[in-house]
Parts: sequence; C-alpha cells; structure tokens
Amino acid sequence: MRFTLNGAPAEVDAHPMARLLDVLREQCGLTGTKEGCGEGECGACTVLVAGEAVCSCLVPFAQVEDSEVVTIEGLGGEHPLQRAFAALGGAQCGICTPGMIMTAMTLGPEPGIDEVRTKLAGNLCRCTGYEAIYRAVLDATRAEAAA
Amino acid sequence: MRTAVSALDLRKPSSVDEALAMLRDDGPRVPMAGCTDVYVSLNFGTLTSARFLDIWGLSELRGIEEADGGLRIGALTTHAELWRSPLVLSRLPILAAACREVGGIQIQNRGTLAGNVANGSPAGDTLPVLAVADAVVVLRSADGERRVPFNGFYTGYRATVMRPDELIVAIEIPPVPDAQWFRKVGTRAAQAISKVVMAAVRSETPRVALGSVAATVVRLPQTEAALAAGAGIEEAQRVLMEEVTPIDDIRSTADYRRRVCANLLARWWDSSPMKLAS
Repeated sequence: MRFTLNGAPAEVDAHPMARLLDVLREQCGLTGTKEGCGEGECGACTVLVAGEAVCSCLVPFAQVEDSEVVTIEGLGGEHPLQRAFAALGGAQCGICTPGMIMTAMTLGPEPGIDEVRTKLAGNLCRCTGYEAIYRAVLDATRAEAAA
Repeated sequence: MRTAVSALDLRKPSSVDEALAMLRDDGPRVPMAGCTDVYVSLNFGTLTSARFLDIWGLSELRGIEEADGGLRIGALTTHAELWRSPLVLSRLPILAAACREVGGIQIQNRGTLAGNVANGSPAGDTLPVLAVADAVVVLRSADGERRVPFNGFYTGYRATVMRPDELIVAIEIPPVPDAQWFRKVGTRAAQAISKVVMAAVRSETPRVALGSVAATVVRLPQTEAALAAGAGIEEAQRVLMEEVTPIDDIRSTADYRRRVCANLLARWWDSSPMKLAS
C-alpha cells in the first residue's frame, strides 16, 4: 500500500487492520512514535495524518492509503518545537514528548496559553511537566512568528 | 491482550451503494469509521466480530447542511468538524459544546457523530443533545431508507433498532428553541468519560435528557411534565431522582450521580432564562 511518509513516497506491505502505530514502529523503523495506553487516552502515539493530529494506535493502516503521514522523525531534529522542548525542560522522561510536539504542530500561529492547554489536553505527561511543556510550546511558536 | 490482526477481515467499499450491497450479501460486518471505539476493543482483545467494513472513505456521508430550518449531519462528520461549524454553533450550540468535550483533539478529529450513536454507550457525550433535539436517525439498506426517532433508537444497553444490513447515513435535527443548555460532569474536562452528562432546552415544554444514569441515554418525561406544569425546582428534583436509574461503576456511584443530576437540573433552571419562540 502506498502513502506519503515524512514527505517521501512509501510503499509498505502490512495487514489492512494493522495499527498505524505498529506499521510505523516495526515496519518503517520509526520508533520515535511511542505507545502509551493503546486506547486513545494518552496521546503518546500522536502523528499527523493529512495534517490532523490522530492517535496512531487507533488508526487502521488501510485508512492512510494515499494519505500524508508525518511522524516526529519528519521534523528532522532541529525544528523550533524540538529545540524549545530540549532547551526549556519540556522533556523529562521523554515518552510523551513526540506526541506533545506532533499535537503542538497543529496549533495556529501565536497561540495563547488557553489554546495551548486545550489543544494539548489529549496528551498526558506522567512526569507532570506541563508548565515547562507549555513554556516550550509558547516559546517556539513565538519564535516562529518572529522569524 | 491485543487482538492479532491476521485473523481479521476488512472490506473497503468505494461507495455507499457498494457498502450496502456488501452488508446485504457478505454480512454481517461491523462498519468502522474513525475507529475510536473499534480500535480500543481491538487493542484490549474484546472485539465481538472479526469482520469489518471500512466506511471512513465514503465522502458522500460527510458534511453539515441546512434542512427544513434544522440541520442534516452526514454520518461521518467528525466531532471537530461539528464544533467548528458555524451552522452548528448557531442552530445547536449544545452539540458543539458536547463535541468539544469528547476525548482530546486526536479523538475529535476521528470520532464521528454516527459512530457515537451506533456505539450506544450510555455515557456518549453527544447523545443527550440528540435526545433533547428530537433528532432523527436516517438508516439506509440495499432495500431503501427509513427514519427512526433518536428517542426510539435504543432498545436496551448498547442495543438498537438497527438491522445488520443497515448503515446510519445521516442524523437530522429539527429546529430547536434557543435556550439550550449542556453540562458534562467528569473527573477532568478532557479525556474523561462522564459521570453524568445533561442537555436541556427551556421552552413552554421543557426538555431534559441525561447520560450515564441508565442503560441508555434517557429523556425524562416525568421531570419535564412536572416543570411544564409549574412545579417548583425542588419538586422537579424529587421527580428526577425517582426517574433516573443510575448504577455504581468504576467512574462513580449511583448516589453521587442521582445527587449531581438533581443539582444540574437546578443549575440549569436557575441559569437559563425562559425564551419563547418568536
């Protein structure tokens, strides 16, 4: 089945009911996407499909045919959100971080704190480092707007 | 334990007609769309079927349009599409409010209104809204279409009048008076499944519906009749507490739920000014 993965064409042979999460981690070797709860409650497995944040543990592979999928690896490592999370202590144990960043990718330009809190409400951080996460997101989105 | 996918069978129709033919000739199959319920079962090894029909790509079933002064909502319209819709915000703001409190944005981007209806959880956030709106569920099979009042759709816990060869194709909402009210009570605004969820409409014939207090979402005809007859709020609360049949479960207790829905009734009644249709 064909789809676009992090900007490049991809063709993967997997069961149509396979979870997108498993296809990404095990067949595409992209282990940046984490499995947390496996029931859509924690957001650790968040990726973008057609630009929208989704839990990849709840997406059948069949449904991304011909779609554009972006994972944390697609950001390259020097994205302003990645740099801000690292610089401002937005990542502690790191399990929630890729999902947090992928959801934050769907924020509008220069979001306020309420918008950030609401948009990230489906991403849980069990280190409870939310304040540092919000600071990192606000810092990165402000820097992007200024650039 | 997670279900092995190798034994699962999926067909992907390219049109509604093809989907209906598959349900007729190659059923039974569980329709799946945003998969926010089906894949939770898959992940926990509690699937009740191994045969599925992927309807997510059927664009004929998406979209929100004005119909007869009300709304017609395509079955696959997602919660995020609903709360962003100017039509929904102006005609049925309580549906937008309910959709904003479903899961997090990831679930709102995938979960569909008809999926919430078909799943039939008594805790479904949008269901009390559809109950007070007197919504109509449009069912289609290869034999044709029928319209079922939402308030007659459920026959018991997660049981509905739907036949295995039918799909929900749309939800129709007649015009609803302006004085609408919605409140979900859970442990947290995002992600939490409700302990009690209530929708109400204030008019000469008040309407009240509750989720998580019975085997299905319920309208409260006795409470509504008491309010319509001019009963005081304390009397209406007494009627309501007799009328609901909540249970103790992992999320709350029957006593707590009974008390909270009585409190919600009073909060609604005090906060929502009477508005008459002009």
